[in-house]
Amino acid sequence: MDTAEKFDDKTPRSDTPASQSEGEQAMENSTRYPEQTIGSPYVDNAKMSMRDVDVFYGDKQAIHGVSLDIGKNEVVALIGPSGCGKSTFLRCLNRMNDTIDICQVKGSLHLEDQDLYDPKLDVVELRARVGMVFQKPNPFPKSIYDNVAYGPRIHGLANKKYDLDEIVETSLQKAGLWNEVKDRLHSPGTGLSGGQQQRLCIARTIAVSPEVVLMDEPCSALDPIATAKIEELIAELSESYTIAIVTHSMQQAARVSNRTAYFHLGRLVEMNDTETVFTKPEHDLTEAYITGRFG
Amino acid sequence: MQTGNLLLLLVVMIAGAYYMGHRRSFALARPLGGIRHLHSLPFYYAMRTAIWCAIPALVVLGAWLIFDDTLIRVTVMDSLPADSQPVDASSANLLLNQIGNVASGAIAASEVSPAVAAAAEKLNSLRSLNRMALAVVVIVVAMLGAAWGWLKISPQMRARQQVEKVLQTLFMLSATIAILTTVGILMSVMFESVRFFGKVPATDFLFGLQWSPQTALRADQVASEGAFGAIPLFMGTLLISAIALLVAVPVGLMSAIYLAEYAPPKVRSFAKPALEVLAGVPTVVYGFFAALTVAPVIRQLGESIGLDVASESALAAGLVMGVMIIPFVSSLADDVITAVPQALRDASLGLGATRSETIKKVIFPAALPGIMGGILLAASRAIGETMIVVMAAGLAANLTVNPLEAVTTVTVQIVTLLTGDQEFDSAKTLAAFALGLMLFITTLLLNVVALHIVKKYREQYD
Repeated sequence: MDTAEKFDDKTPRSDTPASQSEGEQAMENSTRYPEQTIGSPYVDNAKMSMRDVDVFYGDKQAIHGVSLDIGKNEVVALIGPSGCGKSTFLRCLNRMNDTIDICQVKGSLHLEDQDLYDPKLDVVELRARVGMVFQKPNPFPKSIYDNVAYGPRIHGLANKKYDLDEIVETSLQKAGLWNEVKDRLHSPGTGLSGGQQQRLCIARTIAVSPEVVLMDEPCSALDPIATAKIEELIAELSESYTIAIVTHSMQQAARVSNRTAYFHLGRLVEMNDTETVFTKPEHDLTEAYITGRFG
Repeated sequence: MQTGNLLLLLVVMIAGAYYMGHRRSFALARPLGGIRHLHSLPFYYAMRTAIWCAIPALVVLGAWLIFDDTLIRVTVMDSLPADSQPVDASSANLLLNQIGNVASGAIAASEVSPAVAAAAEKLNSLRSLNRMALAVVVIVVAMLGAAWGWLKISPQMRARQQVEKVLQTLFMLSATIAILTTVGILMSVMFESVRFFGKVPATDFLFGLQWSPQTALRADQVASEGAFGAIPLFMGTLLISAIALLVAVPVGLMSAIYLAEYAPPKVRSFAKPALEVLAGVPTVVYGFFAALTVAPVIRQLGESIGLDVASESALAAGLVMGVMIIPFVSSLADDVITAVPQALRDASLGLGATRSETIKKVIFPAALPGIMGGILLAASRAIGETMIVVMAAGLAANLTVNPLEAVTTVTVQIVTLLTGDQEFDSAKTLAAFALGLMLFITTLLLNVVALHIVKKYREQYD
């Protein structure tokens, strides 16, 4: 059985009927959520700031009042057991949840001064500023060149073929893929290996020069060598981009991120400098997770 | 015993063999400590026994049925006295028919010569003997086969592999039947076409601009010389199919895109079956809808803007046919569009593409093979459609590209050539086969071209 589900049953709610056994009561006390997120979820130079975010799938609430900031040029890792809402939260940040009809987002989410859920906001423009890399490499069944050129083309970033060539080359270089593919730019992107495909997807994302890059478990489908390459890449990209990454690997969070947020069943339990979270976790849920007792 | 009853008995025997095989495999397994000590599951031993019972018996039965009639005939004919032996093949046939009729009682034995009556009697006795022998042989073979299969069951026997092999062969035979049927149809059409081209030069047929197949049957009849130029027919077919596709492809594709990408699940679950109902309407209903409703409307519209419209027009037939084939395009396209992985949509939307950009640049190319498949299917339907055209576009073989005039199509002409009392070796009836062959070649070419297009432009995911 999924750990997350097990814990869901013990989630303290004000309207919980008093039918729970003594043992469960005891368990509940030890896993009580903090009133407020522990640690320091806010920063001064916030690129994105979210306050009291609730997300609902139909009647089911997936995210409960999450507030945090993502600082400029910072790498923020979102960790937590499966089903804790970290991917859902990430997808709110460039409104990818719009594609799910029953999904509803409440609270305030800002990219600098821009309200993300302002009805007047153009989602197309937002997604050009906040790019996303997905869990499974999903290159288009087009050539490598066309994959990278896709974004610049739809946003009209290049006027001439020459400009487009340049964007494609720099993006592939930044993604560390240029040397491997420069001789076969016009062969299909789906013919690359898994790790190369994921770097192609990163190149595709940064080709539209986003300010923030969201990564949803970008290495979960990759082998350790490809993972190491992507992690190196994340470190390099953080110089020019703000990055939020969801990961299941605690080592990865520790290696690549500046700050780490621990989610549990839709709540942000603890957020702090990565080092602090992994060496001195304050909440017992965080500690239990990072020491591998569940999750 | 009648063959039908024999088959029924055989089915019962096969079921019995299955049951016995099942029993025996369990019985063998028990002392060993359960069926896991057998090489295969009891099902496979039972199947193997059943197969041993069925296949030899069926083969014997089939071979017997193929050859027995000829054998009996030859024996009967040989039994006739020398003076009543037929002189040539056609009189032999006549005589055989007569004997058969006497034997079945259709003609009284007193009305024919004693030799024929004797032959009829012999025929009857041979037939009953034959039936009995057949029944006995088939039953014996089935029992022997079943017994053999039953006896061979042992824990070490690799029944699973053998059953799999038999099944594989069965599947292959089924596929072969479908292919052989196609080849057979093609061959028969080809042979008749060759006969046609013996009477009418191929160039006249392929490049002739006039079609009027009415030829004189007798020397004193007044009829046209007969002109077999197929161009007007193919033009008519092309014209009507083109109009139909002009209606069906855009409407079908766009409704597929709406259903797959935009429609809420509730609308989709209702609208998709509703659309598919269109394909289930009998074509004759479309035919009179075209002839009685659409054609007059088009005529009136045309007159109101000063155009001269024939009461039977290619436009009316084409429009209605287009409506008929919408579901072929929309249903298949909808399926393939839905099958495009969500990850590709996410990738495109995540880069800031709008929904329609995503459809145009990512989903459409990925779904192209299926979409082309749907269009091809629709086109084949349009080319082969007969009823609507008969009713709404007429029979006049005009060579025209004006959709407001009456035209006729290849299939309609095939129907008119072959209905009614016909001489079967006149150029007129043989022309139907030549038209059929041309139609076949046309659709084949269409398929090849479409496949080529798909290969060239397809964007393969996975």
